[in-house]
Amino acid sequence: MTILEKVTALLGEGAVLETGTDRVPRIAPGSPDAVALLLGTAHQEGWRVRIEGAGTWLPSDAPADLALTTRRLDRVPAIEPQDLTATAEAGIGLDQLRQQLADRGAWLAIDPPGLAGRTLGSVVATASAGPLRQGFGPVKDHLLGVTFVTGDGRMVQSGGRVMKNVAGYDLTRLQAGGFGAFGVIVLVHLRLRALPRADVTHVLEGSRDELTPVAEEIAASGQTPAALELVSPALARRDRWVLAVRLVGSPALVAADEAGLGRFAKLRAEEAHGFWMRLAEGFAVRPVTFRIGGVPAASDELLDLLQHQIGDEWISAAPAAGAIRWTGDTTVDRLQRLRRALAALEVPLTLERAPWAVRSAVGHFGAYREGAGPLVAGLRRTFDPGGALVVATDGE
Amino acid sequence: MSMTARDLAGDLRAIVGERHVRIAPAERATYAMDGLPTHRRLPDVVVLPGTREEVIAIVRLLAAHGIPFVPRGAGTGLSGGALATGGAVLIVLTRLSRILKVDVANRSAVVEPGVVNARLSAATRPHGLHYAPDPSSQSACTIGGNVAENAGGPHCLKYGVTANHILSLEVVLATGETVILGSPGGEPWGPDLVGLFVGSEGNFGVATRISVRLTPLPRAVRTLLADFMALRAAGEGVSAIIASGIVPAALEMMDQSCIQAVEDSVYAAGYPRDAAAVLLVELDGRDDGAVQAEADAVTTILKDAGARAVRSAKNESERERLWQGRKKAFGAMGRLSRDLVVQDAVVPRSSLPDVLETIAGIAARHGLVVSNVFHAGDGNLHPNISFDATNEGMRTRVEEASAEIMGACIAAGGTITGEHGVGLDKLRYMPLIFDAESLGAMHAVRRVFDPEERVNPGKVVPLHACREWAGVA
Repeated sequence: MTILEKVTALLGEGAVLETGTDRVPRIAPGSPDAVALLLGTAHQEGWRVRIEGAGTWLPSDAPADLALTTRRLDRVPAIEPQDLTATAEAGIGLDQLRQQLADRGAWLAIDPPGLAGRTLGSVVATASAGPLRQGFGPVKDHLLGVTFVTGDGRMVQSGGRVMKNVAGYDLTRLQAGGFGAFGVIVLVHLRLRALPRADVTHVLEGSRDELTPVAEEIAASGQTPAALELVSPALARRDRWVLAVRLVGSPALVAADEAGLGRFAKLRAEEAHGFWMRLAEGFAVRPVTFRIGGVPAASDELLDLLQHQIGDEWISAAPAAGAIRWTGDTTVDRLQRLRRALAALEVPLTLERAPWAVRSAVGHFGAYREGAGPLVAGLRRTFDPGGALVVATDGE
Repeated sequence: MSMTARDLAGDLRAIVGERHVRIAPAERATYAMDGLPTHRRLPDVVVLPGTREEVIAIVRLLAAHGIPFVPRGAGTGLSGGALATGGAVLIVLTRLSRILKVDVANRSAVVEPGVVNARLSAATRPHGLHYAPDPSSQSACTIGGNVAENAGGPHCLKYGVTANHILSLEVVLATGETVILGSPGGEPWGPDLVGLFVGSEGNFGVATRISVRLTPLPRAVRTLLADFMALRAAGEGVSAIIASGIVPAALEMMDQSCIQAVEDSVYAAGYPRDAAAVLLVELDGRDDGAVQAEADAVTTILKDAGARAVRSAKNESERERLWQGRKKAFGAMGRLSRDLVVQDAVVPRSSLPDVLETIAGIAARHGLVVSNVFHAGDGNLHPNISFDATNEGMRTRVEEASAEIMGACIAAGGTITGEHGVGLDKLRYMPLIFDAESLGAMHAVRRVFDPEERVNPGKVVPLHACREWAGVA
């Protein structure tokens, strides 16, 4: 029997989607149990499996015997507006989830890079926070728990559905940003916010040198912007750099913070929506995207370093959070050199998106600090003992 | 143990000096319990290192002899987590109490594990900063212990728990090797091993250096006290605030039994004695007018929910008095009986009214006094059972009532601990919320960090309930 025949016998014809251009069969299990069945079989048979969501972020190019897509795991079993929690399957598009939440007066304060239909599982697995990280923290802060399936087909629950939980080790945080190396996320329990009653964006254009002190001033003033983002001209589609401030919350709080933004121009609601959407989508256009995270005071220095080593045409930075995201076209060699240079400054570089040739050579992670490499390798062996999951963790 | 306690003590003294190894029974007795009176384990040897180098030397010595050990902070934990089980040596970290660095520009600090929580906030206050997680024991508990337990506190509703405030860690593994997890800016080097370590209850190693995020002190604060004639109405008030989208800095509830205990004590805060429950609500921010507007909105919400009165602290001393009653409530409850079990569970916030009624029913059925003082905004309950540990029949009833309370919280969709940890006390409940596969996964992760399972043995994961994971580590 071929792999396709075996999978069809296992999960039914409905789970087999069209085969991609690289002739790798694409399988869409319809339930978490079906994911466990598929990966358990893959482990036994020695199949290599690549993990896909909606196919809008990572290229579908990792060498594998089959592609597991979560796109049929798109149910939202629970939205609890009173508790501000929700449970959603990993394959739901963020745009659909956002709409369902908004209908119930709830909001997920994550705005990852990529297209609007990017799956929830992809955002969690890559821990891709966007500008809202400034006000609402990294992706992991929005997770109450996850259920995942290991590379040998075991279904594991971690965390729960309530706001605080210290029962057992926090495997949810291992999965957030694990890039699938420790299993396939199938279900996510989310912490929500009430849909903000006020949500405004103000922008200021100028040179990077002009805008940097303005950003520092806002951060030091005690204001609590939801986003404080410095965006390069190409990415912002403007002539000059843009400092964008997003304020979210009760009308009184937002009005108080707006008062300090005299020089900024306020965007109309649809302009603001378009600005943030284009910024997110801009990171899914060019072949390579990565993020780095340093201390806030080093943001300017890190931007200089990027400019010199790799160019700063397509870049967006949250200077007060120390987070910078870059996108463009570059080589393996340059990325490796940049990662080494950053590691010397204690700044991790996470490769978020790239063709397989680059991913496999550079790795999503790497440049571990003292002693952490063996721990990561041990965790990888624990959660994928047969190496069934094709994930470019460490590079070459 | 391949060597006697006396031999071991000799080797440990060579590392830390004569004064810092305790083997006399009276000295060791201090360390036989933590903040939970229902568990007791007398350690054979207690060692108090004064530097990270001493910690490393101790751990290497113990590794060479295959001896288990338990890292311990101030011993204020409430789950029996820092007790010396399985012949373990107790490594007490309270002498590692230096604040190594305060980085005002980046709002962070690097501390040793024995730094007392409140001391860190006091030290950073002149810079307009503080360390936000504020457990009730903050005047005694240590940052290292907070990391081990992923400690919470009243202000975690807005500012997040310990895990949200830890940027990086230096950890000594069971072998004595040192690893560095996380980075100065908080971004992980790949998978989030800091997030995995925080809350691992000492099972993954000893944190010897901890880099924490500091939070600006709020410029404007309003503290409200609302009193209710029915517990249910207070619970509904909590739900209404949460659903409104306003995120208070803190949202705490105390029931009548707790109010009485506080008002009878030296911590009397002026809570109305006839109220069935009070809510303590704090709002903070940068702008005074905006915070006042939120306080007004919350006042309206609480009155609509049935609050008899809502009053606002007029000045800082009144605010401190209101908070002192809340933070010292556990101490005040010591007046009610000889012993107190501080329980910890979390439920969905909307189920608070129902669960509180269920708990009252359980207490009545077992003839026990249960007082509730808790982080209502997070749904994090602390039903506290007063009892006399010398009365065996009563102890049995306490155990039974505790189990029923946990069952009720799980049935409501909740969990068995929100901030106190599993330790020894809640091992038995773990299979009620995790299946054998998930417990097996936790055990397997523990073995990646500590293959011989020598660090804090016998805690967190009930081994009998785990499905075995082949090829572990």
